[in-house]
Amino acid sequence: MARITKDQVKHVAHLARLSVSEEEVEQFTEQLDAIIGFAEQLNELDTEGIEPTTHVLDVKNVLRDDVVKQSLKREDALKNAPEEQDGQVKVPSILE
Amino acid sequence: MNFETVVGLEVHVELKTKTKIFCGCSTEFGAPPNSHTCPICLGHPGVLPVLNKQAVEYGMKAAMALNCEIAPITKFDRKNYFYPDSPKAYQISQFDKPIGEHGWIDIEVNGEKKRIGITRIHLEEDAGKLTHSEYGDYSLVDFNRVGTPLIEIVSEPDIRTPEEAYAYLEKLKAILQYTEVSDCKMEEGSLRCDANISLRPVGQEEFGTKTEIKNLNSFAHVRSGLAYEEVRQAEVLTDGGEIQQETRRWDDANKKTILMRVKEGSDDYRYFPDPDLVDFHIDEDWKERVRATIPELPDARKARYESELGLSSYDAEVITQSKAMAEFFETGLSYDAPAKQLANWLMGEVNAYLKTADKEIGDVPLTPEALAKMIGLIEKGTISSKIAKQVFKDLIEKGGDPEKIVKDKGLVQISDEGEIRTMIIGILDQNQPSIDDYKAGKEKAIGFLVGQVMKASRGKANPQLVNKILLEEIKTR
Repeated sequence: MARITKDQVKHVAHLARLSVSEEEVEQFTEQLDAIIGFAEQLNELDTEGIEPTTHVLDVKNVLRDDVVKQSLKREDALKNAPEEQDGQVKVPSILE
Repeated sequence: MNFETVVGLEVHVELKTKTKIFCGCSTEFGAPPNSHTCPICLGHPGVLPVLNKQAVEYGMKAAMALNCEIAPITKFDRKNYFYPDSPKAYQISQFDKPIGEHGWIDIEVNGEKKRIGITRIHLEEDAGKLTHSEYGDYSLVDFNRVGTPLIEIVSEPDIRTPEEAYAYLEKLKAILQYTEVSDCKMEEGSLRCDANISLRPVGQEEFGTKTEIKNLNSFAHVRSGLAYEEVRQAEVLTDGGEIQQETRRWDDANKKTILMRVKEGSDDYRYFPDPDLVDFHIDEDWKERVRATIPELPDARKARYESELGLSSYDAEVITQSKAMAEFFETGLSYDAPAKQLANWLMGEVNAYLKTADKEIGDVPLTPEALAKMIGLIEKGTISSKIAKQVFKDLIEKGGDPEKIVKDKGLVQISDEGEIRTMIIGILDQNQPSIDDYKAGKEKAIGFLVGQVMKASRGKANPQLVNKILLEEIKTR
């Protein structure tokens, strides 16, 4: 029984901006199907009345005060930018 | 066919914190590009965001002022999408447990009150700012704004006309300004609005297909954009066409909406709880502490001005629309200005000046004390209301003390009957034809004579006395 289709794999790859070949789609579909199958073991547990877990640690309300801290120097902040212009990150045009 | 318009608004408001929502970078507006960033807001691997307590409390405060229920347990989720204004390729937002839900605000349009529901208010981080090159061959990204705390306020589809949308936004802005959680400056982008609009045949329950309008840079644009879209959609539907679910932008130069993109299916943001941020619990105690910081809101203040000060509903509405104006008004009252006269000056001369000069009440040198004193001078008969306009011009442009201005410029009203009578006799001697006209039943001739006297006194003669003595003197001739 297929738990995931090739189209779904292509869709997810597109959302992650990954380019995948037809062979890779075949391969990933099979592999992801196995992973989902593994995760499905959880369905055997009765979770009735249990709150969804978002964190495994019992920590809440971690807050900080509204106090300004030193930011990065601009030249440091831009070090990872592939291209820059006028202190800004230059990117291919975004057409809307 | 007759259609009913259905509008829902999504408003993004930047909170007035000093630092970003998950890091200590400054949120100052207008800093040089990319000077307020750090590994956290730039989304470098391995960093840990920590929630700004002030941002949470501003969010709670806004939600409570907008009559929302506050979630006892709330959390942050990642909204995943690729766009160059988002360095992490996701936005930290709130998906299924927003900080506030089920709120409302009351609006009034053409004297009719209406309650507009607020579906939800959630906290999220702002994106960076993109500047597109002139020829559209590249874009520049400034990440200063990334991580600025925002609240998104989503209305119920309760709005039926562009005027209601406008009134909703005005009221929303007033409430947020009163609570001091945001500057709400549309020109600086600290308040932004997207509008959803659809039409349905009158009587139909089901909503029609909606379009979303973006690039609405003022409340007036929201109103115009909706009014345009209302007509456009009605034409399409009347011609038997179908509305496409699409995003359109308001083109203010050409006063129309333009297609930006067609939405295919629903967006696939793959929300999931942010593993870097833990849940937060809001107990009654915390809520009460924040609630205690909410000041008297516009509706309550308006009601008080009507019942205690006897202002008309309209006057009270206009004065309470901005907190700065309401504070100015109340300070003026504390200097013994009569409420009605003070309101009239604020609604009339002051607002007219501010509108023409495109300024806010806080930007002019006029003080509440000076305006109150000037009104006092009119009340006492020291200056006429006509002269007051001259004094007012000085006060609002240059500031100063009204008593001193009146004294220095010799503007004190002439209320000495003898002096006025002498002036009138002089004028009448030179204007026999007008006297004849008046006696022949031309009432208007008296106006001309009053004008002559006022001119001779350089506007300083007490107009009531001029009228009275003029009639007495004419009778004797």
